[in-house]
Amino acid sequence: MNFALPAFFAALSIAGAVAALSLRNLVHCALALVLAFAGLGGLYVALGAQFAGLAQILVYSGAVAILIVFAVLLVRERDEEQRHPIRWSNSLSGIAVAVLVFIAIARILTSDSSLHRAAPAAPSATIRDIGTMMMGADILPLEIIGLLLTAAMLGAVILALRERNAVKS
Amino acid sequence: MNASWIVTHLWLIPVLPALAAGIAALLPQSRRIAAASLAIGAMFGSLLLALCAFTNVLMHLGGEESARAVVNFNWLQFGGSWLRLGWMLDPLTAVMLVMVTFVGLCIFIFSIGYMAHDANFTRFFCFLSLFAAAMLGVLISNSLLLLFICWELVGLTSYLLIGFWYQKPSAAAAAKKAFITTRIGDLGLFAGMLWLSYSAGTLLFYDNGSGTMEHTALAVLASHITAIGISAATAIALLIFCGAAGKSGQFPLHVWLPDAMEGPTPVSALIHAATMVAAGVFLVARVYPLMSFGILAGGSTTALTVVTWVGAFTALFAACIAVAQQDIKRILAYSTVSQLGYMMLGIGVGGVAVGMFHLITHAFFKALLFLGAGSVIHGCHDEQDIRSMGGLRKYMPVTFAVYGIGMLALCGFPLFFSGFWSKDAILHSASLWSVSRIPFYMGSFAALLTAFYMTRQVAQVFFGKYRGDSHHAPHESPAVMTVPLILLAAFAILLGGIGTPLWPWFTSFLHGEVTTFDAAGFYEPGLVPVMLTSSCIVFLGLGLGWWLYGSKPRQTAAEPDTLEVATPWLFRVLGDRLYFDELYAATVFRLNAGLAIAADWLDRSFWNGIVQTVIASVIALSEINTTVESSGINAGFDGGCSSVSFSGRLLSHLQNGQVQRSLRAIGIALVILLLAWFAFSWSVKA
Amino acid sequence: MTLDSLLLVSAALFAIGLAGALLRRNAILVLVGIELMLNAANLNFIAFWRFSAHPEAFTGVLFLLFSIAVAAAEAAVGLALIIAIHRHYKTANVDRIDRMKG
Repeated sequence: MNFALPAFFAALSIAGAVAALSLRNLVHCALALVLAFAGLGGLYVALGAQFAGLAQILVYSGAVAILIVFAVLLVRERDEEQRHPIRWSNSLSGIAVAVLVFIAIARILTSDSSLHRAAPAAPSATIRDIGTMMMGADILPLEIIGLLLTAAMLGAVILALRERNAVKS
Repeated sequence: MNASWIVTHLWLIPVLPALAAGIAALLPQSRRIAAASLAIGAMFGSLLLALCAFTNVLMHLGGEESARAVVNFNWLQFGGSWLRLGWMLDPLTAVMLVMVTFVGLCIFIFSIGYMAHDANFTRFFCFLSLFAAAMLGVLISNSLLLLFICWELVGLTSYLLIGFWYQKPSAAAAAKKAFITTRIGDLGLFAGMLWLSYSAGTLLFYDNGSGTMEHTALAVLASHITAIGISAATAIALLIFCGAAGKSGQFPLHVWLPDAMEGPTPVSALIHAATMVAAGVFLVARVYPLMSFGILAGGSTTALTVVTWVGAFTALFAACIAVAQQDIKRILAYSTVSQLGYMMLGIGVGGVAVGMFHLITHAFFKALLFLGAGSVIHGCHDEQDIRSMGGLRKYMPVTFAVYGIGMLALCGFPLFFSGFWSKDAILHSASLWSVSRIPFYMGSFAALLTAFYMTRQVAQVFFGKYRGDSHHAPHESPAVMTVPLILLAAFAILLGGIGTPLWPWFTSFLHGEVTTFDAAGFYEPGLVPVMLTSSCIVFLGLGLGWWLYGSKPRQTAAEPDTLEVATPWLFRVLGDRLYFDELYAATVFRLNAGLAIAADWLDRSFWNGIVQTVIASVIALSEINTTVESSGINAGFDGGCSSVSFSGRLLSHLQNGQVQRSLRAIGIALVILLLAWFAFSWSVKA
Repeated sequence: MTLDSLLLVSAALFAIGLAGALLRRNAILVLVGIELMLNAANLNFIAFWRFSAHPEAFTGVLFLLFSIAVAAAEAAVGLALIIAIHRHYKTANVDRIDRMKG
């Protein structure tokens, strides 16, 4: 299995993630996030899950990123973090927690040698097969997901509607 | 009789008006037309079904099979036995069904006009429908229990309808009086029912040989002699008669019926003249096998003797009171009481057919009279005092004509009116009664009085000159009120034809036989003399009434009554209804009040003492308890509470509401867990 | 390319997302951090599917697709919540949204 391509995409997504969470400008953050999502999508494709990768790019890089950009534009925070700078102790403890979690997970992963194995031959994951499974054995989860999305859409609309009594107060 | 469609679906007859009542109860008060058409539609449906049932019975007359069909079903289970209810269709039920639905329909239609200006029009029709449903339920039930349930429902609707104008204190009082008085009778009925259920093990009337009205059960009941020397059958029959007397306003439970005239006139016509009060007579007819068990030809049983005497006495004394009343509806009310006495007398001396025939004819002409009175009251702008009326035959010709027909039918005017035939049948039977001839004389005298007071009433209302407010001339009622009157008038005349001695169709019908045209009916012993006598009596009463009231009509409303001038004391006693209300006030009420005072004294001095002692000891115990708690237990709890609240205050600093701090805590906890797991797995490896 | 290297990438993404969710004050960026953590979990699905004994069963891929759908729903609701909160408190700073404090 080609090593270079997955490694490239993995590096791309990690770099994008770091940028998305460290840049000052929120719009830049959103763009970096698109990069991170796209990198993950590429990684899926490189691993043989073409459909999943394309779905990742469509949903995350497309829809979710656009939603975030919209939210950024609607929730315009002017220099919020300059006026209230992050407290040194807070950021240190946050980074420490994150690093500790990473070290702990990495420690588990490296301690288990059974995980250090090569991939078997790539299966031919055609869209037809996935479709057959989705409309066959997994029809119930699919329907439930459809219901969930409808409910989420309605919920989002209701939440984002203007508050009735907000005008008065 | 095989179970034809109408027999298995007989329950539809009461259920239709019940449904109408239910829907009308949900309608807003403004939906007047909907409520009225619903009630009338349901009643019409019931009438059609009743006619169906009637034809069904007709077709089975004189056949091999019995003319009675019953449908029984299980209702409730008590332990191992089922409580069974059922309905039945026999000639008695069929003829009553047709009568009630037809008279009811006429009265429903009349009510549209009479109640047109009432604010609670919808409620009125709701109650009327409910009443009709309950009454029809009484008629079809084949179980004393089901009959009792419907019976009480009838009582309830009667209460609701008498008190329909509950803003009037007199109406509210009358409603209460009716309810409580009939309840006294119902207590007897209830006791009889329990006894019957205990002795016979069932409450079904007819159940293929094992019902209470069938020979096996009756023989058991009759052979069982109670402690007071009468058989169980007689005792139960007398208890049931208590209920019937209450409902039918028999002496001494008659006092509620005249007061019930406080209700709207259609109610008086429907409930307190045609149907509900007849339910008592119907009940006696229904349990006639029980009453008459062991009767010999021409003889009587204890129960029937009681029925006869009560009926005869009621017929006479109510007629006496009616002579001196001034309220048009009150006269009719006492007339109803008197006629109900006649029916009881008829059943007592002549059996079911004689009493029931009078019931049917009376239902028509009394409904006619009440509705006619309603029309008069409506036309005279809610005036009910006959002294303030007069000369109405010129203003209300249609009402006058039909009222005259009803009056002649009630008086028993010979040959052409139904009342003559039914009343004669009763008098004839009474004259042949083996026990005593006194009921016959009482009935005859009551007939004389009936003719007299009806003539008095008609003369004062319709003849002479109008004595009311001359600015508001009375007017004829609209067609919606007169058409039912005309219909009823037609029946008041024609119904006599089904029960003449020549062609005794009604009697045969009730016995489930085919009628034959038999001229020999006239040659029955004593029939022609009785008919002649009663005709003479009627003419005497009419003539007397006309001589006293018609020939020289009163000029003003304030003028004293002609009878009052002649015998003031008698008139006053009769006008005050023989002081029965006062008698009850002096005896029953006073007894009741005395018992209440005794109970009050017992409560205050005896029971109260016990209760006070208990209270004092409880208070003392609780005082001790309080001391122990406040000094001992409370201190401990207070200490605990303050330490809990202190630690809570300390811990609440952790919750500053910042989500990121919570998330951080979760992360740290995750790290600690993972580290602990490592430590554990290493120690296992080592 | 081995399984553990992919899982390490996933762990790194998770840690980065966690750090972002812990450090940034803007509610939108907190949400972004959470999205990244979810994506790290998604990567695990794909990795375990690819290295499983029966990759032809597509279990991981299907799970990923459902997970993406759920994540999309979550993002929509989350952002709507942020907008509603912003309108109510006139801020998206999570430090100043502390109505739940004890």
